[in-house]
Amino acid sequence: MLHTFIVGLALFAVAVGAQAQTIKIAILGPMAFVQGENHWAGAEMARDEINKAGGINVGGRRMQIELIRADTNEMTSVPDATNAVERAVTRDKADFLIGGFRSEAVLAMQEVAADYKKIFLGAGAAHPQLGARVEQNPDRYKYWFRVTPLHVGDLVKASFAVVGVAADQFRKQRNIETPKVAIIAEKAIWTEGIVKAAQANFPKMKLDVVGLWQPSAVATDVTAEIAAIQRAGADIVFTVLSGPVGIVVGRQMGEHNLSAIAVGINVEAQKDEFWQAAAGKANYVATLDTVSEVEMTPKTIPFYRAFRERFKKSPTYNASGSYDALHLLKETIEKAGSTDADKLIPVLQKTVFTGVSGVIEFDKRHDLTFGPTRVTGLAIQWQEGRKVPFWPPHVKGMQPFKLPAR
Amino acid sequence: MLQDILVTGLVNGGVYALLAIGFSLIFGVARIVNIAHTAFYMLAAYCFYALLVKGGLGFLVSGIVSVAAVTLLSVICYRLVIEPVREHDAAVLIATIALALIFQELMLFSFGGHYLGIPSTLEGGVRFLGVSIPYQRLLILVVAAAMLTVVWFVLYRTRLGLAIRATANDLEVANLMGMNVNRVAMISVAISVALAAVAGVVVAPVFVVDPFMWLAPLVTMLAIVVLGGLGSLKGSLIGSLIIGYVEAITVFAVPAGAYLKGAVALLIMVIVLLARPEGLFGVAFEEER
Repeated sequence: MLHTFIVGLALFAVAVGAQAQTIKIAILGPMAFVQGENHWAGAEMARDEINKAGGINVGGRRMQIELIRADTNEMTSVPDATNAVERAVTRDKADFLIGGFRSEAVLAMQEVAADYKKIFLGAGAAHPQLGARVEQNPDRYKYWFRVTPLHVGDLVKASFAVVGVAADQFRKQRNIETPKVAIIAEKAIWTEGIVKAAQANFPKMKLDVVGLWQPSAVATDVTAEIAAIQRAGADIVFTVLSGPVGIVVGRQMGEHNLSAIAVGINVEAQKDEFWQAAAGKANYVATLDTVSEVEMTPKTIPFYRAFRERFKKSPTYNASGSYDALHLLKETIEKAGSTDADKLIPVLQKTVFTGVSGVIEFDKRHDLTFGPTRVTGLAIQWQEGRKVPFWPPHVKGMQPFKLPAR
Repeated sequence: MLQDILVTGLVNGGVYALLAIGFSLIFGVARIVNIAHTAFYMLAAYCFYALLVKGGLGFLVSGIVSVAAVTLLSVICYRLVIEPVREHDAAVLIATIALALIFQELMLFSFGGHYLGIPSTLEGGVRFLGVSIPYQRLLILVVAAAMLTVVWFVLYRTRLGLAIRATANDLEVANLMGMNVNRVAMISVAISVALAAVAGVVVAPVFVVDPFMWLAPLVTMLAIVVLGGLGSLKGSLIGSLIIGYVEAITVFAVPAGAYLKGAVALLIMVIVLLARPEGLFGVAFEEER
């Protein structure tokens, strides 16, 4: 009897010990959607690489990563998203949180992370309020760090630079000194600042703004908007779109044979599936993106190729974000020699980490620092079914931006 | 700008008409509030996508099989879900909402939340009054007109149509006259859903296919059917054109308020209802019956 009890106790101790050898990281994303699939795929890649190399060295103890797949269903329900975080923390005992996509949901998830004092590395939402909260109330929100995407203000700078590339092409190839720009921005909080900045700055860039059209982010038809833009004689359509309306705009511009070219932010156009979704009609659509097969850092091309090899498609920014977040977390834990959030935060605040989409350094709002030596993002253009990277020009591997034949 | 509004409103009105005819039929004639109507439209679009894009079958075969399969499914759903609760309007409403959500979740499970594109049946386009119109949109207009004609013919020139109208007018009397009212209702559902499926096959190539694509047209269809007058096919057609034109005028007149086009259309509906609670052609339809 005593023998059985001792053996049982020993087995229990071994089991508890084995459990303590893992660091549990919850990957938060809408898993039925492309965004969640990419969150998970990027995290799986990073986990496999880290675990294969011996795991994370926590003060001399090697610990393996265990991922928790937390489906936030945030595309349809914000309460589902907060419930997923609660479940990951309380039931699954997650030590860290990575992911999120829809700003409305991530703002709510950020609250739960703050309640439980869990480090939350964002890999999807762009809303400025996420960083503003950190600045205004650091005691509560210091657990939040945005690994991707850029802050909206920096997206403005990057997107204007890309519009500048298109405008130069019009000047050189078509002798149009002041190209006409139509702005098409979905009606959402995140687009407001970009639209105002575009209206204020495009004239200074020798661009003639011919109008602003604001469809719903989920509009299924923009033929009236396209007809109006065509009538306005626009050369460039500056897009500020994150929803499925981005597909509709790309497709219907092609169907209506618009001579204007779409350039700007079109989140749907970042995905490989965009070409099929637009039924092959979205030629020449250009958008800001995060990762491509170009040398943003020495890690970019190996990551890109390995991802394509493993998942048979290109990674989105959610994939590169969760991949970078895991590696960043590993480096931070190893530097701090601990998994205690309060010890990790000062390390994260000072870190300069080379990821796949740039060099990550956080500002006082825990947003990414923007710039050629840090993170700029990149821009791609759809050319005959291929995503062709063309900006920023200093990065090796960029190809020419093209205008359609007139 | 005027020609843009005229052409765009007409073409978009045609798209709405194709979706609204079937909805109007089931809503007004058979007195079944089928909230799942646009979910059947979504199912047909997915079926068409699977057969055409994934299966590699041609447009015609994919279209016919999609319409037939979705119509058959509607008959099964009617027998299993709607018929047992048909006497209770609220129960029918709830049952069809549940059906729509089940279809949505099934598509989400099967295809994921990806946005899918269906190639146009007819490629290219034409310029009319300086406005470019893709051939696919013209096809929708033609199909909408053809469907309207067929439905009108069935309702007013056949014995089946007479039975449908008689059942809708007074279910008990029709029953006493020896009509199989349940069968007539089932046929009405089948015709209505077949129209939704045709819309799915013809309209989906100009939109994006996703599991939530049934929601936006549902609201617009409700607005059109209520605006035109419950059950009036003529009302549905004119309601569709009104909504199409209102949306076009909104976009051209207030470009920065393009997102309001749906809200403006609903506002017009409310105003018409305040002035004429029966809708534009509701009374005429009652008299016809």
